[in-house]
Parts: sequence; C-alpha cells; structure tokens
Amino acid sequence: MMSNKRFMFLYRLGVTLLAVLAVFVMSSMVLLMINADLSKTYYTMIIKPFTNSIHITEVIVRAIPLCIIALGVCVAYRSGIINIGAEGQMAMGVICFTGVALSLPSLPKVVLLPLCFIAAILGGAIWGFIPGILKAKLKVSELLSTVMLNYIAAQAYSLCLRTIYMDPTDKATPQSTRLASGAHLSRLSGRLHTGVIIAIVLAVIVYFLMWKTSTGYKLRASGASERAAKYGGINVAKYVCLAAIISGAFAGLAGGVEIAGVHRRAIEGITNNYGFAGVVVALFGGLHPLGIVPASYFFGLLIYGSTLISGETGVPANIVGVMEGIIIIVIVVSQMILNNKYYQDKVKRWIDKKLNKHTPKEVKP
Amino acid sequence: MNCKIKSMLKKNVSHYPKQEENEGITSLTMEGITKRFPGLLALNNVNIEIGKGEILALVGENGAGKTTLMNVLMGLYQADEGRITVNGKEIKFKGPEDAFKIGIGMVHQQYMLVPNLTVAENIALGMKNAHKLYKVDMQAVRKKIDEVSEKYGLVVNPDAYIYQISVGEQQRVELVKTLCLGAKFLILDEPTSALTPQETDELIKLLLTMKDKLSIIFISHKLAEVKALSNKVVILRHGEVVFKGNTADYSASEIASKMTGHEVELPQNTEEDMHGEVALDVKNISVLSDRGAMALNGLNLCIHSGEIVGLAGVSGNGQRELAEAINGLRRVESGTIELFGQEIQNTSVHSVIERGMGYIPEERNIEGIVPPFSIKENYILKDSDNEVYSKKGLFINAKQVQKNAEKLVKEFDVRTSSIELSAGSLSGGNIQKVILAREMTRNPKFLISVYPTRGLDLGAIEFIHKKLLEKRRNGVGILLISEELDEIMSLSDKIAVIYKGRIQKILRREEATRAKLGMLMAGVNDEQ
Repeated sequence: MMSNKRFMFLYRLGVTLLAVLAVFVMSSMVLLMINADLSKTYYTMIIKPFTNSIHITEVIVRAIPLCIIALGVCVAYRSGIINIGAEGQMAMGVICFTGVALSLPSLPKVVLLPLCFIAAILGGAIWGFIPGILKAKLKVSELLSTVMLNYIAAQAYSLCLRTIYMDPTDKATPQSTRLASGAHLSRLSGRLHTGVIIAIVLAVIVYFLMWKTSTGYKLRASGASERAAKYGGINVAKYVCLAAIISGAFAGLAGGVEIAGVHRRAIEGITNNYGFAGVVVALFGGLHPLGIVPASYFFGLLIYGSTLISGETGVPANIVGVMEGIIIIVIVVSQMILNNKYYQDKVKRWIDKKLNKHTPKEVKP
Repeated sequence: MNCKIKSMLKKNVSHYPKQEENEGITSLTMEGITKRFPGLLALNNVNIEIGKGEILALVGENGAGKTTLMNVLMGLYQADEGRITVNGKEIKFKGPEDAFKIGIGMVHQQYMLVPNLTVAENIALGMKNAHKLYKVDMQAVRKKIDEVSEKYGLVVNPDAYIYQISVGEQQRVELVKTLCLGAKFLILDEPTSALTPQETDELIKLLLTMKDKLSIIFISHKLAEVKALSNKVVILRHGEVVFKGNTADYSASEIASKMTGHEVELPQNTEEDMHGEVALDVKNISVLSDRGAMALNGLNLCIHSGEIVGLAGVSGNGQRELAEAINGLRRVESGTIELFGQEIQNTSVHSVIERGMGYIPEERNIEGIVPPFSIKENYILKDSDNEVYSKKGLFINAKQVQKNAEKLVKEFDVRTSSIELSAGSLSGGNIQKVILAREMTRNPKFLISVYPTRGLDLGAIEFIHKKLLEKRRNGVGILLISEELDEIMSLSDKIAVIYKGRIQKILRREEATRAKLGMLMAGVNDEQ
C-alpha cells in the first residue's frame, strides 16, 4: 500500500496531465478539420501572451472587468441568487457613468470621477435590485428576470448611443465623444489602468464581507439553506435582496471601470459578453475571491488569445471559441474527478491491487 | 396482428410464475466481510448466517454499519474482502439486479415510491418482464399483485394513488413490490421508523405469518420489535459483530446494554409538579397547511413553566403546523399565541427567538442545521448578531466561535474528528446533538421539541431524554411532540392528544395508558 499523501499527489498529477492531453487531442481535431497550422496556433495561444509586456497588460485589461463582475456573481450565488444579468447591469453602469461624465465635464477629477462611479454603481445596483425584490417578495425566478433585464439594458444603451450620448460632430458612428479627462482612470503601463487595484481591493473586501462578518454569515446561510436560515431567525428576503443589489453594483462598477480605464468613450459592444463570462469565472474560481482572481486572469488570457490567433494564424475567432468551450468543460470535469472521494478510492484500490500482485500481501493489524 | 401480440403476451404472462418457483434460499452466509470507505473502516470481518424461515435482527447504534452491510449484500457496494454464499454456493453481485435475480429484495428506510402513480403502476415500474415494446402489461402486473397478496396475506388497493394512502399502507406496497419482483429473502431497513404504534403492531403480525415462506433480515434499534419478531439477533458496533445469539435467550435490556456497550436505562419523569406560571398559551388558533387545507382548527393548549407537555398523535394531524405557527414560521389565520403574556402570532421568527423560544425542529437535516456550514458555524445560527460572537454586529469573533464549538462538542458528545467539518456530513444522531446543544445552551425560557429522537439509537435517546428532564428541572416549559408513546409517557407531566388539528383531550401522566392514548389518537373520544 502506498501512503495517502503520495497517492494524492500522483492522483492529482495524473488527472491534470490527462486533462491537458484531452484538451490537446480534442482541439487538435477541430483545428485539423479546418486545416489550421497546429504548432503556430498553440504557440500563439499559450506562449505568445507571455512574451512581452504589451501582451501581459492586455490580458490583465480583460481580466479586470471579469474579476469585478465575478466577485459580484459570487456574492449573489453564495446568497442563493444566480445572477446572469451582469451583462445588463454592466450596461446600466456604463449608461449612468457616461451620463454624469458628459453632463458635468468641467468638474475637477477628484469630484467628477467619484460622482461617475457612484452613478455607475447605482445604475447596476438598481438593475440588480429589480430581480432581487421580485424573487424575495414574489418568488419570480431570477433566471428569467435577469435575462430579460439584459435585453432592456442592452437596447437602452444602444438607444442612448444613437440619441442623447451621440457625438454631435460624428453622426455616422453610434458612440459618444471622448469623455472629459476628469472621468478617466489613470494608466499604469500600456492600456493597463488603475482599475486593477480596484479589482484586487474588491476581492479582499468580498472575502472579509462574506466570511468574516455577521452580514456575510447571514447572506451565506440564506443561500446555503433557505429553510434553515428562516428557522434561525434570518430575514431571508432581505438578505437575498441585499445580495442582488451588491451583485448588480459590482457589475455596474465594472462597466464604469471599463469605460473610464480602457475606452474613455461610450462605444458599441463595450460590455463584450463580460457579464456572461463573469458567471463562468465565478464558478470556475470556486465562488471564492482567492480562486476568482487567478480564474479571471486565465479567462482574460483566453479572450485575448482568441483575438491574437484570429489575427495571426487565420484561424477564425469562432473556432477559438470552440476551443475555449472544450477547455472549460475539461477543467470542470477534471475538478469533479479530482474532488470525488469515491473515484480516488477506486483508483487507489486498483493501484494497490496491481502492486500487490508483485509484493506479498500485507498482514492486517 | 393485434390478436397475435395479445396471445404472445398471454404466453409471457404464464411464463413468469415459473421463473419464480425455482428453489428458494435455504441458507445465506456472509463471511469475513470487510468494507473500507476513504478514511473509515465501515465493516471489519463481519460474519452472519441465516437459514430458511428465520428472522434475523441486525441491531446496532447509528453508524454501526448495519445499512452498509446490507448494501454489500444487495450488491450496491462491493466488499473489499470476504465472500457471500447462497445455498452453499459462492456468489458475486455486481449490482442490485444480480441480487434480485437470486431472490434477495430490500425495502429501504425511505420508501421508493412515486407519489402521483397508482399502487399498481409503482409495482409495475420494477417488473421488467411486464414492460412490452409499446406498453406496460398492467393485467399481468395486477395478476401478480393478487397472487402475492393472497400468498402472504398482504392487502393493497392497486388503484389507489400513493399520495392518498397512509405511511403504513405505503410500507405494505413496498413489501408487495419487492415480493412481486420475486424476492424470497427480504431485507427490511428500519421498517417501523415511520409507522404509528398500531401500524407497527400490524406489521409485526404480518411478518410473523410470512416467515414460514421466506427468510427476513431486519434492521432496527427498537428492541421491543426485535424481541417480538426475530429468532436470531446480531449486534454490530463500530463495524464489528459484538454479539450473536438466539433472541429468546436474552432480555431487551441485555440486548440494549450489548448494543451500546453500557447499561441503558431511559430516564423517567417522576418529578413533583412545579406549579410554574403560564408560559405558552395557545388560544383557539386556526392555521392552514401547505396545501391550503385547515391544519389546525381552533386548537387550544396551555403549558406552564417547569412542565413537559407531550403532544401525542399520528403524524399529519397538525403537529408540524402547530410547531411552525408558534415559532413564527407559519401564518396564524385566527386566534392568539401568547408567550409569557405577550402575543407572538404572526410576528417574525427573530422576535419569537428573542423572547426566549428554543426549537428543535422536525427536519433536523435541512432545517435545524445549514448542511454545508461547519459545525462551529452552525452553533451560532441564531446568534450571529449576538455581542459575544460579533463585535458591534459586524466582524465575527472567530476565537469565540471556536471556543464555543469546542465546549459544546465536548459537553454534548458530538462524535466528529473536527469542528470544521460540515454539519451535513454528520450522522443523524450527531446532527441532533448539534441542534440540541445550540438550543439548550441559548438558555431558552420555553422549548419546543419535535420528534427529538426519531431514528436515533438508544444511547442518543437516553442522552436527549436526560437533557430534556434537566431543562424541565430548571423551570423551562417544554412542548414535546412525538409519535413514540413510550417517550411521551415516560417524560411528560401532561399528555395532550392531537387529532385533525384539535386537542382531543389532555390527560395527566397518571391516568394515561397506551390503550387510552391509542384510542384518542385514532379519533375516538369516550366522552363524546
């Protein structure tokens, strides 16, 4: 018999290697079907993003909104609300941020930037509050309400871009003028902006809120077992609502950070599916800030990799999307296998059996 | 064409009694069975044997390995070591289907019936040879049910829906279902845990008449039943056989002490009346059930401090709704509930707790604890805002939570390797001890305890009874809701019988007998 510690190490290593192998085999099959250059594609996807500082910062730029949104989704999920409305909440954040920035351009930065962010947070929070209160009071499924609110927000944003926010000097493209510099987040290197600090600070805040305060305790209790929470005297409706508001506020803030740090004007497609990817990042990161931070970096890598590949190797971006899908499914499956005690036991016994064929059987105590 | 198929079907029908008549199981042995789970030796070198017409009682505390052993026999688990022989031949079961084929059938503790199908349809589910290409041959199923009913004296109504019939009848359906699948060897996992005393007596009678035709292993920790039913008893403790013998040679208390490893004597309430003030006064309340029917209909009940009032009744007569209404978890349509003179009906759960209510709920696994939370977190479920545990209601004082949990785990003998483990991973008895510890150490002024010992072993029952009596001595009023008449009769000062949402009658401890209570529970009131 081998020691448990050594077995677990080998088991993890083995499953991880198998997962990597599975990803390569499956995505190679897809790539071969379209006659792509395998080695160049893999190089561009895996190695290239680490080769210079521009690539590295670009990955982080994409990770920032993912991280903020995923943190919000994590708070909601832990409290019993599955928020797939982050896309719309982010759009509402952008609308509110832009509105304030466009209407008060002359204010000094110390006043304007916080004002803009407060507006973005409020916009997202309201968009989160609606499904929250509907669920808490009327038991309306949040899956339904958040998705529908996504459509409304997207169209509202689109309308704003074509009407009140439209650049008066350029009536051809649906986008706003460049925002006043008072509404910009300063940049650190390349396009990397100070939003990265906001994301890290929020991760710390979420950790303390959820796991170290009594409010977090009640939020998590409401999510883990509504019945037990009610029995324990926790006002579940109130905390479900609070979680929805926090989650919406995070997504709204992500929208504000994105426009203030990266684009600095309202453009079409600014939400870039971050709201949906954020849900995957949150689950992928184990619904814990400690996992969400690296997970958002990893997804930033995937998103950036797909733009690189389509630019450099001619593999269409959609195929990269397929590969991303494969990677995500394989990782999720292998995480399940890694944590399943019964599989562990089965494999261990199988190995022991193989080993025992060669060594005499141990005497039982 | 249709005719042809029909005649084919008929042929099939006549075939399968034949299949059934192959030799029965005359002897079954399990030798040296060892089963390991990750980090746990569940069964260690267990040997049992059973012959034709025998009833073997498999007895042991919660977590002793009884169900695991039966799951090995059913092929649900593979034993790491050991062998099973039937009629002298060694056999290997890959899954439950193999066990069925040989004629071993198991009735699980939780009934596996689909509520919105009829009895016949439920039985048809498992009968593979009744499933034809495009339909289920219900006639064949009915014929089979009739056959089994007649042979074993088990009466069921094949057209009744499961949700319409009582738990006792559901139990019979499970038995018929298992027998229809051709079982000649029955495994019953705690068959009486959900039955009323009357239903239990009926079941025992029934099984005794069936025993000439088949062998039975039944799992239980109710020793009265073991004595009444079995002729052999095997006691498991921590996965090992600690005792084997003929049931008739040993008294119930001898078996009990062998099971727990020490002498067990359930405590009796022999205390004097404390003449306490009125603690809980329920006046004429009406409450709706989940389905919107009238669950409590003008119920009155008054309980004083320092007395235990046992609420006896067949489950489903409003017990759950009463407990929930008092605790603010269910709306009261009319009437009032006063706790120490203050009306509490339709206030919040929180405010009822604040006024000193302790509540041990019926659904301990999903209501009494937050299953994924650790044991130590579960201890502060009602107190996360308490100053002791969170500074100004904000940051939780982890040290205090830790200290509290270490103390309670020790004091209430929760068997766990760590207080960081999720409470949901504990056994039923240990979960109950976690809840008990929380509710009792919060110093409640009043305590509601719903089915506190359901499904627990003797050691745990003894512990819980002692704790309840201790609280009573401290002047706490207790409402004890239970189906176990023995429990109610040994702990209560007064016994109220609930029937169809009303209190039938309140008896003093001295005047209550099993017979009287049984009549009242069935709705017969001699004074009417």
